[in-house]
Amino acid sequence: MCKCQGPKSDFSLLEPVLAKYGDSSSNLITILQKAQDIYGYLPKDVMYYIAEKIGVTPADIVGVATFYSQFRLTPIGKYLIMSCQGTACHVNGSERVSAAISEYLGIGNGETTEDGLFTLENVACLGCCSLAPVIMINGEAYGNLTPDSAVSVLKEIREKEGK
Amino acid sequence: MRIVIGEGSCGVAAGAAKVRSAIESLLNGSEKFTLGSTGCNGMCYLEPIIDIYDGKELVKRLVKVSPDDAENIIKAVNENDFSYVENIVITPEDEEFLNRQTRIALRHCGLIDPESIDDYRNTDGYQALEKVLKTMTPEQVIEEIKISGLAGRGGAGFPTWFKWNAARQSVSETKYLICNADEGDPGAFMDRALIESDPHSLIEGMLIGAYAIGASEMIVYVRAEYPLAIIHLEKAIEQAKAANLLGKNILGTDFSCEMRIKAGAGAFVCGEETALIESLEGKRGMPRLKPPFPAQKGYMDEPSNINNVETFANVAWILNNGGEAFAAMGTENSKGTKVFALTGKIKKGGLVEIPMGKTLRDVIYGIGAGIRDDKKFKAVQMGGPSGGCIPEELLDTVIDYKALAATGAIMGSGGMVVMDESTCMVGMAKFFLDFTALESCGKCVHCRIGTERMQEILTRIVKGEGKEGDIELLEELCEAIKDGALCGLGQTAPNPVLTTIRYFRNEYEAHINDKKCPAKECVDLLTYSIDKDKCIGCTLCSKKCPANAITGELKKPHEINPELCIRCDQCRKSCRFGAISVE
Repeated sequence: MCKCQGPKSDFSLLEPVLAKYGDSSSNLITILQKAQDIYGYLPKDVMYYIAEKIGVTPADIVGVATFYSQFRLTPIGKYLIMSCQGTACHVNGSERVSAAISEYLGIGNGETTEDGLFTLENVACLGCCSLAPVIMINGEAYGNLTPDSAVSVLKEIREKEGK
Repeated sequence: MRIVIGEGSCGVAAGAAKVRSAIESLLNGSEKFTLGSTGCNGMCYLEPIIDIYDGKELVKRLVKVSPDDAENIIKAVNENDFSYVENIVITPEDEEFLNRQTRIALRHCGLIDPESIDDYRNTDGYQALEKVLKTMTPEQVIEEIKISGLAGRGGAGFPTWFKWNAARQSVSETKYLICNADEGDPGAFMDRALIESDPHSLIEGMLIGAYAIGASEMIVYVRAEYPLAIIHLEKAIEQAKAANLLGKNILGTDFSCEMRIKAGAGAFVCGEETALIESLEGKRGMPRLKPPFPAQKGYMDEPSNINNVETFANVAWILNNGGEAFAAMGTENSKGTKVFALTGKIKKGGLVEIPMGKTLRDVIYGIGAGIRDDKKFKAVQMGGPSGGCIPEELLDTVIDYKALAATGAIMGSGGMVVMDESTCMVGMAKFFLDFTALESCGKCVHCRIGTERMQEILTRIVKGEGKEGDIELLEELCEAIKDGALCGLGQTAPNPVLTTIRYFRNEYEAHINDKKCPAKECVDLLTYSIDKDKCIGCTLCSKKCPANAITGELKKPHEINPELCIRCDQCRKSCRFGAISVE
């Protein structure tokens, strides 16, 4: 059992996932992906719960969760900014775009703004290379960016959210 | 007539979905056309693209379409008068982008609706499968693939028939056929476009492979970053099941085979086949020692065969047209065609499929139309983090596994990133080392620690803290990592460094000895200065400077204090007189 303090996660949300995939530890990655879809990240107590249910150790789960870049161990903001660091984006100036976003939001890679609005994640290639440099915000791609145009995209979102 | 919108994920990113809603919002039911959807035809630089068909005939191709064009497009089609859309009709020069290609793997991309099995069947879809299941033995299939000379398109170029035969020879009740769609090379998107635009050709190619090796289950390991590819493939699998092309007794024969998708979770090393198998089993994706090879002991310790998406996409064509037709294209040791994702500082970027044996120049200048803004070509990067940078003097190298390997780069999976004079080659090497150091799974000491040491040295060099002997130290580390790493990730990680040292040693020396970056990209090595003759003392730059590094009186030439300058480039961008230069 997880001995961590704080509010407990609602495990009942996981039941359909475990019913479908819980019979084999070979489905672990799929289970963690579904769990992250439900909770937005992988809370510690959820990882312990999954370990118990599918018969592996919590260490196995954390081992997998920290190996793959898709899994997050902390909550994310309302808008997830994925800043592409692929080769085509790199040669077209993605570093300056990322730096401008970091400066504007006051957060680094993997961090979330204090108001919980934005999380910035530098990611490997998003596969929209012909639009380089690209960022993707909650699944929507913005291409051919400059440091200024990237910041204005974020400004628009802030305005829309009234912040 | 039909208006068909290209809705692959880069089309959507370029605004195809907005174009669709703009058109849909103007429909009133009296139109003389239907609205359709297709995948990506590979002309990424012209997205969003709309094709207008009359029956099977392409009447007009409209490019760089914006939502504001919707009204004119509808008028043009309704009145059959294309003068309304003259400004967005593709130019003859741009048509050459596709005309100069030979499309086999991409044969349906951008032409059919990826969500329609009927569209696929109406071309030549599933005919090869029917022929194979009803008239050929598995051995005959393998023989045909052997004649074709098809080799692994994931990059290594291993003969496909050999892998199939090895898996065929392994005796077991259960065998698996796995498709590696974990397209991790930054700068490569061939497999994404293929699955998004033509998922049934993957299914058909895999089914033929499964029949050949005797597999009863097929798994596609797709990158989680490719949501649209997963959606289209899921849909195609359902359609194939409903049409008795998957499942029990396929097309009424004794052959039964299931298929499922496994979404990856973001780890570059999972492109290595044994790491991919570990990941499929729900574990950390760490490579296994070979032998045993996957053909003997793979997924769940059963015989398994793994091929790349593009490899499978060629299979049905080969069975339909014969191995000899495929082998007729290409060079002595590289047969057929290869798909490349042409990106970077190129005028016309997108997907290019050409017969092996063409030169790099044919692709970059013949199809890609050369360098953007007419700058000078510097290098082309092939093979991603496992590959290398090829300089201008080798642009006439032919596309062939051996010829490319001789340059120090590799064929790779198809990433082709073009760089111009403003790209720093030391910075490029560092970029790839940052990537491999991050993605190293940590199993082998040489890869885990060696890549980090190289990364440190390269970081030092681009910061102007390089020391004499650094180049030699890098070379020594490269050799040690090549020898000491277990899998392809580590063994090839030094390639970007080795090729840049080989062809651009002078850039390394300029960074180390002169503390200069010839491409003017490494920020720490730049010096900003104001030309006294051009500066009129407008004070704009000093107001923009966030570091208060610029001083001077009004209407008199200003000066930059290099000690305070943070090289943010604000001053140069704000100067209206071109008085600020960078060295």
